[in-house]
Amino acid sequence: MNDVRTDGAAGPLEIRIDTKTYVSAEGKPVEVIRDLRLQLDAFSFGALIGPSGCGKTTILHIAAGLDPDFRGQRQIPGRGRLGIVFQEPRLLPWRTVADNIRLVLPAERSLEELHDLIETLGLGSHLSHYPGELSLGLARRVAIARAFAVRPDFLLLDEPFVSLDAAVAARLREELTTLTQRERVTTLLVTHDLNDAFQLADRLFFLSTRPAGVIAEIPLPPPRGARSKAEIDRIAEEVRSRVPGYFPDSASA
Amino acid sequence: MAKVLSLAALLGLWALIAWLVQSPLLPSPLSVGEAIVADTRTGELPFQMACTLARVAAAFAIAFTLGVAAGYAMGRSPTIDRYADPWLVVLLNLPALVIIIFAYIWIGLNETAAIIAVALNKFPNVIVVTREGARSLDPNLDEMARAFQFTWQSKLRNVVLPQLAPYLAAVSRSGLSIIWKIVLVVELLGRPNGVGFVLGSSFSLFDMTRILSYAISFVALMLAIETFLVQPLERRTNRWRRRAA
Ligand SMILES: Nc1ncnc2c1ncn2[C@@H]1O[C@H](COP(=O)(O)OP(=O)(O)OP(=O)(O)O)[C@@H](O)[C@H]1O
Ligand SMILES: [Mg+2]
Repeated sequence: MNDVRTDGAAGPLEIRIDTKTYVSAEGKPVEVIRDLRLQLDAFSFGALIGPSGCGKTTILHIAAGLDPDFRGQRQIPGRGRLGIVFQEPRLLPWRTVADNIRLVLPAERSLEELHDLIETLGLGSHLSHYPGELSLGLARRVAIARAFAVRPDFLLLDEPFVSLDAAVAARLREELTTLTQRERVTTLLVTHDLNDAFQLADRLFFLSTRPAGVIAEIPLPPPRGARSKAEIDRIAEEVRSRVPGYFPDSASA
Repeated sequence: MAKVLSLAALLGLWALIAWLVQSPLLPSPLSVGEAIVADTRTGELPFQMACTLARVAAAFAIAFTLGVAAGYAMGRSPTIDRYADPWLVVLLNLPALVIIIFAYIWIGLNETAAIIAVALNKFPNVIVVTREGARSLDPNLDEMARAFQFTWQSKLRNVVLPQLAPYLAAVSRSGLSIIWKIVLVVELLGRPNGVGFVLGSSFSLFDMTRILSYAISFVALMLAIETFLVQPLERRTNRWRRRAA
């Protein structure tokens, strides 16, 4: 039905979904995505923005290679090593935080090397806890640590900052910028927070609802991660004109 | 504490009734105790118990290994389940005695037949429970394991088995108690040793002291295995569970 190619060196992340249908419980096919095309240059950072239920998680699963049931094509960068933060933490409840992270480590890496990451995420004192003993915010941070721990070539993040308090979210945003630049990883972030997108991304993809397609693709000027208030305002202005009606008011707040 | 008291009361009741009826058909706890000590001294009791225990262990291992594999396959693949389910239903509804007789007639009055008969009696139940467990495996965790490229060994150890553990623990507990009861029948019908054999021969002599001493010793042994082996294992696998608030 679809091909997968991995580029030897640092290739782009490219996903083309001609059509994706789910079969509803009554057995009726429902087309959720049509003619969608996402292309991200190597080591760049894309943000996927769209209303709830439009198909963002579905796109991410297809990009991850977890859902082969679509018509189209996907091309993934590098060795194809994936780091993913699912919309829910998806930790193994019977393994400690340390083990949850350790289990995904590449052979040449040890948990000790991740000391800085673990400290930034505030997980240092929770390593011996089981996921059932964590708050949702903490569990999310473990999921983020796990995604980074694999040293991914491409990173897929499904609303990773939801239910984190502002301070932690801000620190994570910074950490995310540093990590994605230092480790040179191509990243696709699903978010409904325009501020996150304006701050972190190189490229914005706005989605329509059912069937989902890209209604606007907006490249942002570099460098990402450290944009000034004025720059953010300029970006917000452009978004407002390019995608009118896309709740732009919250963006300049 | 309550357990000890209640067992002591039972023993007292038995002693009282035995004293009242004064019949060889209900020997007193004391004489049964003496018989246990005497047969332990001669080595007769430990030998017979060891024979039975070995059969229990062998039958359990076979039924458990094959049953878990088959149950897992049936729980994961609807196609396998469709084809294998009718067989399972037949096996589930075959009376234990029928399986035992078939095994002895077709395979012969030997150890292989005895163990196969017992294992076959337990096998369908292991399948049913494991299948239930395999069906309830969390697809989200499965996806997670695929995304992070777990090896199949790591997935089995860290994702699948912990989810199956409660089912496997349940099946071990019920399995042990069913198997040892059936082993006694198998021994009674066609083996020259084992607790079941002793019970059979004592029955023909109406030797109640001997019957009670072997029955009680064996029940005690199985209870000990349950408390000191099965239950701690179960607790270990449930360590991660959040204690009910
Ligand atoms: N397994 C499924 N079977 C049938 N329909 C599904 C299935 N998964 C998702 N859908 C439908 O597809 C659409 C897209 O779902 P998806 O989870 O991708 O949305 P989303 O954009 O991630 O939403 P949210 O912002 O709430 O996370 C939704 O309308 C949903 O009802
Ligand atoms: Mg979603």
